[in-house]
Amino acid sequence: MTYGLLGYASYLPHYRIPGATLGLRKGDRVVASYDEDSTTMAVAAARRALRPGEMPVALYLASSTPAYADKTNAVAVHAALGLPSDVLAADMCGTARSSAAGLLASVRGGGLVVAADVRVGRPGSADEKTGGDGAAALWFGDGTPIAEFLAARSVTAEFLDRWRAPTSTTGSQWEERFGAQRYAALIRSAAAGALEAARIADADHVVLACPNTAVIKRAATLVKGQKSVTTSPIGHTGAADPLIALAGVLDIAEPGESILLLSAADGCDAIALRATDALPGLRQTPSLAIQRSEGSAVSHLTYLSWRGLVELEAPRRPEPERAAAPPAARAERWKFGFNGSRCTACGFTHLPPLRVCRSCGAVDAMIEVGMAGLAGTVVTYTVDRLAFSPSPPMVQAVIDIDGGGRCTLEVADARPDTLEVGTRVRFTFRRLFTAGGVHDYFWKAVQDNAE
Amino acid sequence: MPSNGIAGKVAVVAMGCSKFGERWDASTDDLILEAYQECLSTLPGVTRAEVDAYWLGTLSSGLGGLTLSRAIGSDDKPVTRVENFCATGSEAFRNASYAVAAGAYDIVMAVGVEKLKDSGYSGLLRQDPPGDGTAPEISMTAPAAFSLLDPAYCERYGVSPNEMRAAMTHVAWKNHDNGTRNPKAQFRSPVSPETIDSAPRVAGRLGVFDCSGVSDGAACALIVPAERAYEFTDRPMFVEGLSLVAGSTRGSMDSSFDYTTFPEVVKAAKDAYAQAGIDRPAQQLSLAEVHDCFTPTEIVLMEDLGFSETGHAWKDVLGGEFDAGGRLPVNPDGGLKSFGHPVGASGLRMLYEAWLQFRGEAGERQLADPHTALTHNLGGRPGSCVSFVSVVSNQLRHRD
Repeated sequence: MTYGLLGYASYLPHYRIPGATLGLRKGDRVVASYDEDSTTMAVAAARRALRPGEMPVALYLASSTPAYADKTNAVAVHAALGLPSDVLAADMCGTARSSAAGLLASVRGGGLVVAADVRVGRPGSADEKTGGDGAAALWFGDGTPIAEFLAARSVTAEFLDRWRAPTSTTGSQWEERFGAQRYAALIRSAAAGALEAARIADADHVVLACPNTAVIKRAATLVKGQKSVTTSPIGHTGAADPLIALAGVLDIAEPGESILLLSAADGCDAIALRATDALPGLRQTPSLAIQRSEGSAVSHLTYLSWRGLVELEAPRRPEPERAAAPPAARAERWKFGFNGSRCTACGFTHLPPLRVCRSCGAVDAMIEVGMAGLAGTVVTYTVDRLAFSPSPPMVQAVIDIDGGGRCTLEVADARPDTLEVGTRVRFTFRRLFTAGGVHDYFWKAVQDNAE
Repeated sequence: MPSNGIAGKVAVVAMGCSKFGERWDASTDDLILEAYQECLSTLPGVTRAEVDAYWLGTLSSGLGGLTLSRAIGSDDKPVTRVENFCATGSEAFRNASYAVAAGAYDIVMAVGVEKLKDSGYSGLLRQDPPGDGTAPEISMTAPAAFSLLDPAYCERYGVSPNEMRAAMTHVAWKNHDNGTRNPKAQFRSPVSPETIDSAPRVAGRLGVFDCSGVSDGAACALIVPAERAYEFTDRPMFVEGLSLVAGSTRGSMDSSFDYTTFPEVVKAAKDAYAQAGIDRPAQQLSLAEVHDCFTPTEIVLMEDLGFSETGHAWKDVLGGEFDAGGRLPVNPDGGLKSFGHPVGASGLRMLYEAWLQFRGEAGERQLADPHTALTHNLGGRPGSCVSFVSVVSNQLRHRD
């Protein structure tokens, strides 16, 4: 039993380091903001991939840069998506191959696979220049698929191409041409096996992902695609790489066309899909190409401070206390799900949810209201130059949410020059700060005009 | 139900106030002792043993009653430590006054102290209980929260940003100017409007001079039943109204709240005025000591306390109506702007100015024939605050 693809989406963070400052001849590098990590970007991609009411039977979070060890990161994604407690949420963490494992598990058992990575290279390194940060989500289940699963083939081989100590943020690579030679054979073998099982001579679209850039450079010569051979447009993004690249093809594939996804990492996983008539109506917006073309520049120095590779002078303010486990657990539906409470007696909305109505005094007469998917309007805002922030100044706004409810939130990816009273905002799941090793996840507002 | 109040029931017969500032030389104990000794030194007939009970206000400079009893070596008397945000010092005074009015004690001392400068940080530090990590207060600073008043006020009343900037600057200029005449103030140098305008930004349009400073200080008051006041001094200060409002925090969640008023202040003022029989505060008060934590706060307070028509405070401020020589001097001692804001001490420091003015001991700041004063504190942030208002006078009076 296998399941069809029901939805997909990619998420690219807002910031770009201009290539010239990194020593790139052209282009730029896509980088996650200081308040993003693999978990928050996974939430962003998954929220785009799922339509309201859709409930995958399992959630797999794949990342080579998990936000936590010893704590399942998929659970925060599960909470932010508001999935029922009987939905499995599990991490597939470690390498670029993890997303292929999650994808195959979802194909075979149903589920949502989300891959997200914040790839860090040493300043000046090829990894810094040619890597990227981002996320993508695919979900498989019963229903009318946008792409059918045809066949899969995996080959595995032990050799040393890339490695990184679990305690290190930056990794190493053997002489690139060694890995490229090994991968070439593995890719050909996996591709041939999958195509044979799918009874296809050559796929219409071939998608190739590999941490070895020499392989990426040769992509078109390794496997033939009748219409396209593509790789990720943002460089190597770890586990997210194959899923982001696949999202780009799903943006353009026509009904009936076959897609061969090749994820070459410590072996090669080949997965053959065929687009259905349902795909054109359910493509993501904006497309990956548009996501790639947007964004705002960030300086290399600021970026390095976001990754902890340089330490900038901070305001003379104490770091906040870490979020405490019991209050955070009690507030799960608020903190992770962004749900408030609305009084059934008078309609007043409470953010955070409260038991006693602030308007009419009714006690425990509340219903839960979800805010994450709504939009809002800035009532007033301020730029706080004194507040502790991993990237000062902090921008905060008072927001009236459509349909009722007011709260004060930080503004993510803020552009104060275009922020004003009346600016429309949506909501995004972010990491406010990290204290005592605990990531403080909560929701922020993001300017509609910043996307 | 309106407050009954305790008008005419208690009086202040002695006060003390430390020098405020960066008191690297002084501990919390030293600050308390400085205010305490000044207070008792004015009453040679009263010794430590005759004080029946103490109320101590401090936000974060010590826990429990021992913070006070240790400092003054009090002998096994009751000490109640209170905290109520920036109204902490006033809260100590309010509860001490109630204890005397209730007849529980005859001689009670209210003490407020705060030792802020030892932390090494800018601004106030919060000591929040363990939380879920979502409260805006954990990261959003007080200047940021109060900076929201400025654009909201401009928007609602059609005030241009430049006009509002000028009014904010005038508040800072006025309070610093008043502070030049106060030997106990932290900042005693005049500050020019140009310096205020060009100061580095802290949050929103608030610059460094739009914010009250951070300082150390202590102040205290000796409170007795009104009918015994003249046994202690020929110039006592009578408590006519005391009110405190802790808001429901509705404003932070209510789309109808527009950041141009503090409903908690309006309610606290109304209550205190009713107790004191005041119906025309702008005419009946001789001076007001208000919580000028940030310059736009003082502008909004002029309306909430009934000193200006709604939407006109910025104009009245610019017209000099609250200057030392204006129709109602506001913060004649220099305010939080000149004193900084050692939280536990500020409310009692405000009462100390009323005390000096009534006794004719305000030196260069002395107003002509002051008889009734208001003191006010505001804690928390717009939408979610506590507010305190007192009315004190130099004689028991009966208003129509």
